Amino acid sequence: MNETGTRPAIQREWTAGQLTRVPFWVYSDPEVYRTEQQRIYRGPVWNYLCLEADLAMPGDFVSTFAGDMPVVVARDFDGEIYAFENRCVHRGALLCLENAGSNAKGFTCVYHAWAYDLQGNLKGVAFQDGVQGKGGMPKSFCLEEHSPRKLRVETLCGLVFGSLSDDVPPLEEYIGEAVLARIRRVLRKPLAVLGRFTQALPNNWKLYYENVKDSYHASLLHLFLTTFEINRLTQRGGLIVSPDGGNHVSYSIIDQTTPAGSEYKEQGLRVDNAEYRLKDSSFLEGVDEVGDGITLQILSVFPGFVLGQIHNSIVVRQVVPKGVDLTHLNWTYVGFTDDTSEMRRLRIRQSNLVGPAGLVSMEDGAVGGFVKRGVAAAEDERAIVEMGGEDTSSQDTRATEASVRGFWKAYRRHMEL
Amino acid sequence: MDNADLLFKVTLMNSSYTRCVDNDELEVWPEFFTDPCLYVVTTDDNHRRGYQAGVIYADTRGMLHDRVSGLREANIYEKQRYRHIVSMPTLLDVADGTARVETPFAVYRIMRDGRTDLFATGRYLDSVRTQKDGSLRFAERVVVCDSSIVDTLLAIPL
Repeated sequence: MNETGTRPAIQREWTAGQLTRVPFWVYSDPEVYRTEQQRIYRGPVWNYLCLEADLAMPGDFVSTFAGDMPVVVARDFDGEIYAFENRCVHRGALLCLENAGSNAKGFTCVYHAWAYDLQGNLKGVAFQDGVQGKGGMPKSFCLEEHSPRKLRVETLCGLVFGSLSDDVPPLEEYIGEAVLARIRRVLRKPLAVLGRFTQALPNNWKLYYENVKDSYHASLLHLFLTTFEINRLTQRGGLIVSPDGGNHVSYSIIDQTTPAGSEYKEQGLRVDNAEYRLKDSSFLEGVDEVGDGITLQILSVFPGFVLGQIHNSIVVRQVVPKGVDLTHLNWTYVGFTDDTSEMRRLRIRQSNLVGPAGLVSMEDGAVGGFVKRGVAAAEDERAIVEMGGEDTSSQDTRATEASVRGFWKAYRRHMEL
Repeated sequence: MDNADLLFKVTLMNSSYTRCVDNDELEVWPEFFTDPCLYVVTTDDNHRRGYQAGVIYADTRGMLHDRVSGLREANIYEKQRYRHIVSMPTLLDVADGTARVETPFAVYRIMRDGRTDLFATGRYLDSVRTQKDGSLRFAERVVVCDSSIVDTLLAIPL
């Protein structure tokens, strides 16, 4: 099912293997976008689809996306989760017109009532044998030969991933041991959804995904964290990049024994503002649930999954491209099913730090648009991605762009670009 | 106070509130609330499902002040302002000096490049409490947005 190779190579100049310079046409070329859909989203990757908590019972379903492709994910009565393209094989209309639902026995296209089971198998064609001996489908038409494209499905820590590729490695191998351990570190118990929000980003999906992987910007753009010493590049922390470059973890540990660094003052950076104090900082008083002192961990799995932990707030993000210049960022705020009401309140109060209005993260909603507008006349110019050198290896500092280069390493390999 | 008086006072409070936000007088915005309080910006979908989290969730007046401080001192966003259009409130019930009120709203966002867009529509689900001095404050203001999508970011409170 892998579609790689069915489209000619992109006719653009980019020095082979170069990860320290990124040409701006990569964010705006419609041909690049179309090729990404084939070679990345419908290629040998794992797309995050939804939570297992969305599909607790047989007959539960959600509609979601793998890149541009609309996808239905459902739990069938055999207890298994299935995912398939949300497209009737007859004329192509959507099969599922709900965001989510329960007690489904199957899906019937509203257009001509072609019926499918919860696994996406075509089970019935209305008037297949015609009416009063007239019309109907030819005798040779075989239901089993027609179904919307099906995705391989794997679950991990309550997350549901799907792939259109037969060649993609198993999910855990794809994520890699080091990043996998950091998913398990956060998602330790059955998940409960606390809220969902979608943020429409006025920019190409890659500008957001690079931002997620960019540990260098975190304490420079986001003043809130830095001022309250939730996150400074001078704190202990580090960066893990998977060997293939696609997946990463950035984390920081508040180390009470290390005095606040003077690096920001010395560089005259905007982010050190001694005047700024909170009136009610009680919401930042977290519980060290894991016992490792890590107060901030951002993790990504190529091409569209992000898991964020900041204190006790846990958020799953799904990055969905909606065209060259529009990206939907689906936020799901989660806790655990066995949380006490106090713990749930703590998570909900701390989720003020993240999301479309996040005290920490709101800027990330805008910077991609600043780049998009900034490079409007610079298609053939190039971004500089050289902090921390040229490679993509894990580092014990976050003053590096190693994981951004890792993204481009994985991207260029998938895109054959 | 009969219900007509109450609704009139709620209407005046709503107009003061929107004037405060739209005129960028956010330093007094927390004063519209009791302490503790509840101010949540959520969506109709979350509200119907009973999900408690919000894009903004504040349950003390201090948290409201801190959000304003964040906007003034910390957060980066392009210059923008709002224009609220607030409809008539509906009184849902009154008990023990607290009125539950629902008021529809529309908020337009004016960006620095001069563009005006419809940013949000929805309803305020309020618990309004009469104070000792006779004034009203929001014990709860749950901002239930109709759309589940926030364009770019939500900086200024709704």
